Amino acid sequence: MKKLAFLVALVLAIAPLAGCGAAQEGTVTINVLNWGDYIDESLLEQFTEETGIKVNYTPMANNEEMLVKLTATDSIYDVCFPSDYIIEKLIADDMLHELNKENIPNIANIDERFLNLAFDPGNKYSVPYMWGTVGILYNTTMVTEPVKSWDILWDAKYSGQILMYDSIRDTIGVALMKLGYSINTRDEQQILDAEAALIEQKPLVLAYLGDSIKDTMINGGGALAVVYSGDAMWCSDPVEGNGDLAYAVPETGSNLWFDNIVIPKTSKHTAEAEAFINFLCDAEVAKANTEYIGYSTPNAAAFEMLDDSYKNNPTYNPPQEILDKCELYHDLGDFINVYNASWNRIKAG
Amino acid sequence: MKKLKSFFKGTYLALMLLFLYAPIAVLMVFSFNDSKTMGNWKGFSLRWYEALLSDATLMNALWVTLSVAIISATVATVIGTFAAIGLHSMKKAPRAVVENISQVPVVNPDLVTGISFMMLFAFIGLTGGYTRMLIAHITFNIPYVIFSVLPKLRQSSNSLYEAAMDLGCTPWMALRKVVIPDIMPGIVSGFILAFTMSLDDFVVSWFATDGIQNLSIYIYSIARRGISPKINALSTLMFVAVVTLLLIVNLKSIREERAASIQNKKLTAR
Amino acid sequence: MKRSVFSYPYIVWMVIFILSPMLLIVYYAFSSGGALTFANIRDALSSETYMPVLLRSVIVALEATAICIALGYPIAYLLSKMKKSTASLVSVLFIVPMWMNFLLRTYAWQVILDSSGILNSWLKAFGLEPLHLLYTEGAVMLGTVYNFLPFMILPIYTVLIKLDKSHIEAAQDLGANGATTFFKVVLPLSMPGVISGITMVFIPAITTFAISRLLGGGKYMLYGDLIENQFITLGVNGWNAGSALSFILLVLVVISMVIMRRAEREAGEEGSKLW
Repeated sequence: MKKLAFLVALVLAIAPLAGCGAAQEGTVTINVLNWGDYIDESLLEQFTEETGIKVNYTPMANNEEMLVKLTATDSIYDVCFPSDYIIEKLIADDMLHELNKENIPNIANIDERFLNLAFDPGNKYSVPYMWGTVGILYNTTMVTEPVKSWDILWDAKYSGQILMYDSIRDTIGVALMKLGYSINTRDEQQILDAEAALIEQKPLVLAYLGDSIKDTMINGGGALAVVYSGDAMWCSDPVEGNGDLAYAVPETGSNLWFDNIVIPKTSKHTAEAEAFINFLCDAEVAKANTEYIGYSTPNAAAFEMLDDSYKNNPTYNPPQEILDKCELYHDLGDFINVYNASWNRIKAG
Repeated sequence: MKKLKSFFKGTYLALMLLFLYAPIAVLMVFSFNDSKTMGNWKGFSLRWYEALLSDATLMNALWVTLSVAIISATVATVIGTFAAIGLHSMKKAPRAVVENISQVPVVNPDLVTGISFMMLFAFIGLTGGYTRMLIAHITFNIPYVIFSVLPKLRQSSNSLYEAAMDLGCTPWMALRKVVIPDIMPGIVSGFILAFTMSLDDFVVSWFATDGIQNLSIYIYSIARRGISPKINALSTLMFVAVVTLLLIVNLKSIREERAASIQNKKLTAR
Repeated sequence: MKRSVFSYPYIVWMVIFILSPMLLIVYYAFSSGGALTFANIRDALSSETYMPVLLRSVIVALEATAICIALGYPIAYLLSKMKKSTASLVSVLFIVPMWMNFLLRTYAWQVILDSSGILNSWLKAFGLEPLHLLYTEGAVMLGTVYNFLPFMILPIYTVLIKLDKSHIEAAQDLGANGATTFFKVVLPLSMPGVISGITMVFIPAITTFAISRLLGGGKYMLYGDLIENQFITLGVNGWNAGSALSFILLVLVVISMVIMRRAEREAGEEGSKLW
């Protein structure tokens, strides 16, 4: 009996403490939903120190997972970092909070090139965070030929050494680009062709992964991998990563993407969330962030301060002629179900 | 011949223990490695332990795991014990219904339990991640308590409770002074079972909550990103904790057993 | 005051948090846009994507269970023959890994099998070609067996130590040799343990989803991954199909439990018939 009393006392002593993990008197906690490894986490502490606003950071694996979490009727998130086509959909579905630009003066730091893009005209709902291309990361000790085309991912020579993303649009997109189709196609036959190509490729694929592609490539576990340019920067760093790795965007073109910061309409702390966005747009903060994660910053003030090793790196700062050949993803509306069904068949087969 | 046989037996057990422990041993050894890759040894270092202890997300996850385990096990023990006492004196038909429904969280695949919580919480619009996890854990814990307490109630006699009432106890007093002490071992083992179930859970928490991480969710989200020696360090600490706990419990029972056998010998000698 | 009153708080809790979530699954499995329909179940059952995955999961689970019996039964048997004090210590050794978080146990194999991991660096040290071990079907099987083996050993061991030694002695007195005694007496009598071991391994093995994700590299989708996918990447749009898949899984679980119970009863009867 005494033991039970002790336990109850223990719980009573602990319960209020547990409560303070969630919300302390007077301080606001914002829930941030982001990709894994997609922010320098020490910046979160800096933000809390500067503003007193706490950040609860939740990592997720892909855009689709994020969309589900944001659109759930019981969504709790205040800040999120989706890609262009997801923002397009969120705006169409009226899921985003219209930003109060007065709270985000640092938006002036953003390069004009990244503002007023088609998916969010006038940046009413989103602020640029990172951008980049999709390409092929390859290990120069295993791949000696030049990497110029998506076809190399179907080369039986590299069987068991190819890594693909565990992500619907990115992987089906690669197959569409290989076949010369648009990555936004709404032609069912073209998607079936892409599906057939990916099923044909499956025996050559080592694995469909998310962020762990990076470690596998750094450790020499794969010869070729489809990656975002930012991950390529991270991986090919000779000190932290593996100097044998190189990145190429196929000559036929690729996907150009923008990850922007948004606030869902369901957020109850929009002012604090805007403060967080403003913090991330600060030149020093953006510089620290881009150096830490390796993704290209749209922040002109931060870019100016960067080392030449970043500025002149075609992975980090791709030349215009590459960008001209790239295509953005667009929201496909309900047609995405055709992609989903294809993806299920590819993964299940 | 006999020696050869026992040699083979010993070897088989040793091999199986090796199979079970080698992976854990490897994790532990490489948690002290001064390199991010596991393949080669680059010298002894405690850097991953430092990284682990300074990781605020992990500390928070540890806190969530422990507090949810303690609170959910305690609440489940209270509700479950009373439920068992009530069930014990119920008529056969309603009791069978309640007992069968209580079996659901035990036999249901975790995946289905988790999904059902996810849909329920979305349906009723409950958003607090911590509350969600707590409710889910209490729910799957209660049946373990009920099914540890019920057998004890069957062993104890009903007449004690009635006698206490006849002697002027209120039902509450009778319960506290007579029934509960009688079934205490069942309550304690129910609590321990519930506590460990909560500690170990991943699947139900993964689906039931959002925006909050317990240790399992934290490990999953890091393991999904690849190999991190920080997890090795975490494994080492958890393994040491588990072994210490089990050793304490088991040494006690071994000592008791030995004492009992000595007692027995004395008795037979006499 | 009736004592049954004490259970009322629980009954309320049970209705809200056990019964209604289950009803939600059934509701979503049998409805579409609010109207009742069998279409979800029918679509799932006739799907050329889902059913092969279910079949594969059942086969993987069966294989894992068989391997667990083959490895676990001898362990339990040898343990049960040991001196009691040694046995209790050694049996704890077999249970300790079960107390580790299963994700950590799975992660351990990720580390070992990785192309740049321990095994391959040893192979390299001996001048051998490194092998593709991680992200294979074998890795998924290994992870499953590793995780569930203790759950097979424990119930068999529990039954074996409770076996009435006089049965075995009687058999030996009647002139049965070691093998005969084992196959005619010990094995049938220990069947209840084997069956509860099967229940503890087979059902969780069908529904596991993290193991195939971490060790299979997304190439060997199991039924658990399929259901997870419906809810995590499709969201509310996947609720109907996901619930239908879950419902099918539940039916499968109930069927296998009924079979197990019957087998258990028969095993029990057979055991008693012997004598």
